[in-house]
Amino acid sequence: MANELDWHRNKSGFAALLGPPLGWFLLFFAVPMAVVWAYSFGTNSGIADIEISGTFANYARALEPLYLGILGKSLAFAALATLICLIVAFPVALAISFAPPQLKTWLLIGVMLPFWTNLLIRTYALIAILRDEGLLNMALTSAFGWAGVGPLAIMNSNMAVMIGLVYVHLPFMVLPLYAALDRLDRSLIEAALDLGAGHVRAIFTIVVPLAVPGILSGLLLTFIPVLGSYLAPDLLGGPDSQMIANVIERQFKRANDWPFGAALAFLLMYLTLFGIAAQAMMQRKRPVD
Amino acid sequence: MGTIIEFRNITKRFGPVVAVDDVSLTINEGEFFALLGPSGCGKTTLLRMLAGFELPTRGQIFIDGKDISRAPPNRRPVNMVFQSYAVFPHLSVLKNIEYGLRMDGVPAAERRARAEAALSLVQLEGYGERMPDQLSGGQRQRVALARAVVKRPRVLLLDEPLSALDAKLREELRFEMSALQDKLGITFVMVTHDQDEALVLATRCAVMNKGSLMQVATPADLYEFPASRLVADFIGSVNLFAGNVRSEEANHAIIDLPELGISAWLDHGTGTSETVQLWLALRPEKVELMKRGTTDRPPVMEGTPPGYNVAAGTILDIAYLGSESVYDIRLDGPETGKEGKRIRVIRPNLTRWDQEDFTWDEPVWIGWHAEAAHILQQ
Amino acid sequence: MREEPGLLDYARRWPLRLMVGTTFVFLYAPLFVLIAFSFNDSRRTARWVGFTLDWYKAAFADRELIAALGNSLTIAAATTLLSLILGTLAAIALWRFRFTGRAAVDGAFSLPIVAPEICMGVAMLIFFARVLPWPVGLPWPLNLGAIIIAHVAFAFPFVAVVIRARLASFNREMEEAARDLGAGPWRALADVVLPHLGPALVAGALLAFTLSLDDFVITFFTAGPDTVTFPVKVYSMVRFSVTPKVNAISTLLLVITVILTFIALRLQARATAEKPA
Repeated sequence: MANELDWHRNKSGFAALLGPPLGWFLLFFAVPMAVVWAYSFGTNSGIADIEISGTFANYARALEPLYLGILGKSLAFAALATLICLIVAFPVALAISFAPPQLKTWLLIGVMLPFWTNLLIRTYALIAILRDEGLLNMALTSAFGWAGVGPLAIMNSNMAVMIGLVYVHLPFMVLPLYAALDRLDRSLIEAALDLGAGHVRAIFTIVVPLAVPGILSGLLLTFIPVLGSYLAPDLLGGPDSQMIANVIERQFKRANDWPFGAALAFLLMYLTLFGIAAQAMMQRKRPVD
Repeated sequence: MGTIIEFRNITKRFGPVVAVDDVSLTINEGEFFALLGPSGCGKTTLLRMLAGFELPTRGQIFIDGKDISRAPPNRRPVNMVFQSYAVFPHLSVLKNIEYGLRMDGVPAAERRARAEAALSLVQLEGYGERMPDQLSGGQRQRVALARAVVKRPRVLLLDEPLSALDAKLREELRFEMSALQDKLGITFVMVTHDQDEALVLATRCAVMNKGSLMQVATPADLYEFPASRLVADFIGSVNLFAGNVRSEEANHAIIDLPELGISAWLDHGTGTSETVQLWLALRPEKVELMKRGTTDRPPVMEGTPPGYNVAAGTILDIAYLGSESVYDIRLDGPETGKEGKRIRVIRPNLTRWDQEDFTWDEPVWIGWHAEAAHILQQ
Repeated sequence: MREEPGLLDYARRWPLRLMVGTTFVFLYAPLFVLIAFSFNDSRRTARWVGFTLDWYKAAFADRELIAALGNSLTIAAATTLLSLILGTLAAIALWRFRFTGRAAVDGAFSLPIVAPEICMGVAMLIFFARVLPWPVGLPWPLNLGAIIIAHVAFAFPFVAVVIRARLASFNREMEEAARDLGAGPWRALADVVLPHLGPALVAGALLAFTLSLDDFVITFFTAGPDTVTFPVKVYSMVRFSVTPKVNAISTLLLVITVILTFIALRLQARATAEKPA
């Protein structure tokens, strides 16, 4: 951009503007993160003392079958939840982006509103639905009770966690998909129909390929928060549906093994950064427009 | 040549807006038909109903005698070249052209052969592997053309096909499209707001305004015999003078033009009575300009047939356009001292010194032949 | 006569209507159930017995719950103010100046947005336990300082994103015109740039407020026994037992969030709609 100012031309102004946010970021984000990172190479040397010994033991322990299993399960959960979100969100995003303007605004607000409501409240609300004596089971029993369908034990199971993860993260997927589909030139779809494709074929041969950047960013935007989910497995899941965030929490709040917790937290952080880097690379390879 | 397309009493509403209002129109096989009109006149809606992107609110559309009014776009024997070309950005040129054939289940080998043939038809041999973003606007337009014609449609639809190109390229592609239509022999239906484009390309045009057909005719007839002031004004530029018939004979009529304070000869009858309001339409290039000097007497020209019309005026402004000059002239009018009607006159600059013949504020005579003017009743 | 749906009017075709409808039921049914049962005259929350406002009375009588709500609102207010200042400064600095490492700073500021909450929570726990111990026993509201600091750290980059989006639509010639007419650089910024940011500032403020009010995980790791926030309190109640009291107070919070979100979205829409000519 032509009108940008070289910072040398107004050093004090530059410092006054960038200084406070950068300082806050460094002191209250970068430093704490760096400390966690340092702790991940530390050992417990006393009740409250931690020695940064440069050991990789914590990471090695994280790769033991027990924790590797939880990590693998977290990844599998996150992948499945993300996939379900994609399948549910795509038609919704498609419908929104092709809706008339008035309806479009309302549908968008409708999707975004849960996104802004308290995560804890939403998870709590889900409990009332999924409980053994909850609404879902009441509906099931009253509708299919004659056929011998009794209450299902959904709460405290992997199933409940999966429902919770999808419920909470659906908007994360709808919004980037919508952004991608809304940019699509409608005459491309008309051209496909004109050339003999039906609606379904037009969507799969033209709309989906062109929405790939949006799909990728939706996958990433959903996958990262799902992977680090704490509340859904904690409140909805059973003992065998713990995800990595729950294990991290336990190391800090109960087991008091901070170095190991730090290593697990940074494993999660590495995965996140890897995902972002991968997406950035893919975006560079695919010049937009 | 038989009828290929028939619109029968087609009306299209978008909510409260009537985009197309009871249009009936037939298009013949092999024609290059243009739908011409200002933006918002309903021409694009008519084309999109033909393609199947919009369904008529009322009326029917026939292709080859078959009612296709409600058929989906993929079940119609027509293909379209879009205004934005709508070349699929994620497919190579060849894949773009093959797309329609693939949808029809044409075997791969035949598909490839036909796509290659279409590519060479639009002179893009060797571009098959390119991606659309590696093509210029003109090349993309050709890909869109090839992609549509490769399906051998009964009718090719063109939505403002040249509007996105610069003037020079537009001229070039006009000739190519004409040649392409000759070669393929299929019916073309084009939407355009550019009258030059319609006049150059089309064998027949429909002029539309506010959802209705104003006139359907060949380009020459539209220009020389417009049906209304609106058409006359939309196609080219025109001088209009209100008037009434004074006397009507078998082979000529005399029209009173109160705005000019003269009566004009016309080489044809009008078929109306004296009370009917008429307009005399006079194209600027059909008006002659003569020096007036200081005399107030109209020039008696040798060999002038009876019915040559003359009026006095003064040059207000001159626009030199190179090949011709446009003169803005104020006519003296019936009452002296009052500002008269203005008329536009175009003179070709036949020699390099032509434009120096006349100057600002110069008194002149303007004149036109009885065959030059055209009478409009609406 | 009803108009039939246009060719690409997918929102009005029944298969998609069905899918959109189901999705919205999925998204909203739990919330409506939650609200409905806050008025239910029964301790067992599964069956509708009758209408009552008792649970609201009970919720307001619960001193701890109200104290937690007060803490949350205080923290959210402070977070909003600080995030707004820091986010705006960051956005203007990145927009205004060319400097080496700008891409790096830009990327760094997006880290708090993408970092998993649990990682940030852990980082804050260690930071306030070992690096900068927050004094215990400070008078209210100073005892909330650690939580506020943590909230600002993740909220101000969100604000910066909103302000950046608005700045992108600013016609720089306006600022140049102000300079040309005699304003100094700060004066021009205050007179021309800041007014343009108006709607984005409000949207950013509401965003920071909701983010702070919503946050559970990071607060969970930063809060002490005497600095319980609303979500942390609700969490312990939910773990302990499910009573309609939680529904009642949740409903109140939902209403607050819905109103704030509505305003924010409207302003955001208006801010992005006004593109420069």
